[in-house]
Amino acid sequence: MGLTSPLPQSADGTSTARAPEPVLEFRHVTLSFRGPDVLEDISFSLGPAETRILLGPTGVGKSVLLKLANGLFLPDKGKILLFQHEISDMTEESLFPLRTRTGMVFQEGALFDSLTVRDNVAYQLVQERVPDDEIDARVHEALRFVELDQTFDMFPSSLSGGMRRRVAIARALIHKPELLLYDSPTGGLDPVTSTTIIELIVKQRDVYRTPSLLVTHRLQDAFTMCTHRFDTESGRMVPLPEGQTDPGTTFLMLSEGRMIFDGSLHDLVSSQDPFVREFLQ
Amino acid sequence: MALDTIERTAKQLVLTVQDYSVFAYRVMFNLFRPPVYWTDFLIQSDIIGVGSLSIVVLSGLSTGGVLALQSAATLSAFGATAVTGQFVSKTMIRELGPVLTGVMVSGRNASSMASELGSMVVTEQIDAMRALGVDPLRKLVTPRVYSSIAMLFLLTIVSDAFGIIGGGLVTVFMNNQNGPQYYAQAWQHLLFPEILQGLVKPLFFGYVLSTIGCFYGMRTTGGTEGVGRSTIQAVVISSVLIIFVDFLITQVMIALFSSWA
Repeated sequence: MGLTSPLPQSADGTSTARAPEPVLEFRHVTLSFRGPDVLEDISFSLGPAETRILLGPTGVGKSVLLKLANGLFLPDKGKILLFQHEISDMTEESLFPLRTRTGMVFQEGALFDSLTVRDNVAYQLVQERVPDDEIDARVHEALRFVELDQTFDMFPSSLSGGMRRRVAIARALIHKPELLLYDSPTGGLDPVTSTTIIELIVKQRDVYRTPSLLVTHRLQDAFTMCTHRFDTESGRMVPLPEGQTDPGTTFLMLSEGRMIFDGSLHDLVSSQDPFVREFLQ
Repeated sequence: MALDTIERTAKQLVLTVQDYSVFAYRVMFNLFRPPVYWTDFLIQSDIIGVGSLSIVVLSGLSTGGVLALQSAATLSAFGATAVTGQFVSKTMIRELGPVLTGVMVSGRNASSMASELGSMVVTEQIDAMRALGVDPLRKLVTPRVYSSIAMLFLLTIVSDAFGIIGGGLVTVFMNNQNGPQYYAQAWQHLLFPEILQGLVKPLFFGYVLSTIGCFYGMRTTGGTEGVGRSTIQAVVISSVLIIFVDFLITQVMIALFSSWA
């Protein structure tokens, strides 16, 4: 499927066509690091309340693409629009206000070792000099969301890998971001812990409807996100009825620095692209 | 082939100098624009200043003692052992106090800055900080640089004082010379340009060791091995630069105060 092809109707009949004003848009973006292009002519957009899952094998440039999205890297060519601001040639200083409107979950959590879980989660609020009482209340709320309220006073070194990711998610959510970026949030975790993390991401998607870009090389996680919803009554992730998928969750796929797929789960599984077929198998 | 290597190395060197210049410039002027992280400044001052106090006191005492031993042996040949105090105090205050303190603090703190920041880079903590809307240069580097400057200034005074005390102890207890005479010589013959020279140098040395330590830490690549490499580069380059900058400042100060008698 081409990058400009219209997206099909999803199982519940809702159109998956993106809103006219995307939260994030890449236009023919190219990036290299003193060598061959890491990313070449990348174009896609992310609309409000939409979740896009970026698939691809390890080392293909997925994390780099994610870091381009909030200006941690700047492109050599092309344009990146974040909240309708072109960030491709912005200075580091002028990017900070835009970054505070996004939340990012890093591959290994990237928690600050010398700070407690409370201070990690509250990092942005502390910088903004929010009163301590309000900080504590909001940290507890964020930690309850990831079901780790008991870790409030602990240091990251005493947490397991999965717990660190969940704290990182709490840190990304506390500021009520307008865009969430997940960099392989389940990478290196066991299947049970991975499911816990995916459940949290689905919960976030269905409760807050924050637009998200999620990078993963694990098809299982991507399919789970697409075929499940969060049930607020039972407080659990439940499967959608047979044949239905979440209408706001769509896929992108990278191969050798190029975007080779942009579409729904249905398009993905029926794609005839040899690389996509090989990746799915 | 060899030319290619020379060309690549030369380009790399120029690029590094360019990157360092931009880095050092940004760090220097961050102090004059908000936000300024005063709490971090105090924490770093404690780590750098109080943490380095013991090594500076010990190295100052030993250096002063060695100077007294060496100078007394030479001066006795001319019957001039009475000026040992003057020799020790002038040498400590003008040269050895600032340089030794700079090198000692560089060994302890430039390495610590490079390894700490380098570890933060390879574990994506620096990127996380940027993603949270906080400038790592302001939050991590600027407080380290200004606390290094302030603390090295004070530590140099401590080193000078303990160097003169160490020289005095050797003069009195090992060389069996007159103590009051030593201290009178050490104090009375000091000139303003000498004290000024001794106090200006640590300001530059503090800036050099901290910017180099942070610069190499912040540009770490290649995982834990890269952290080790950055740490070595930080210590070696900051130590060499301290000695080179010392040479430049000494030249300038001598030229400025050549007429001072």
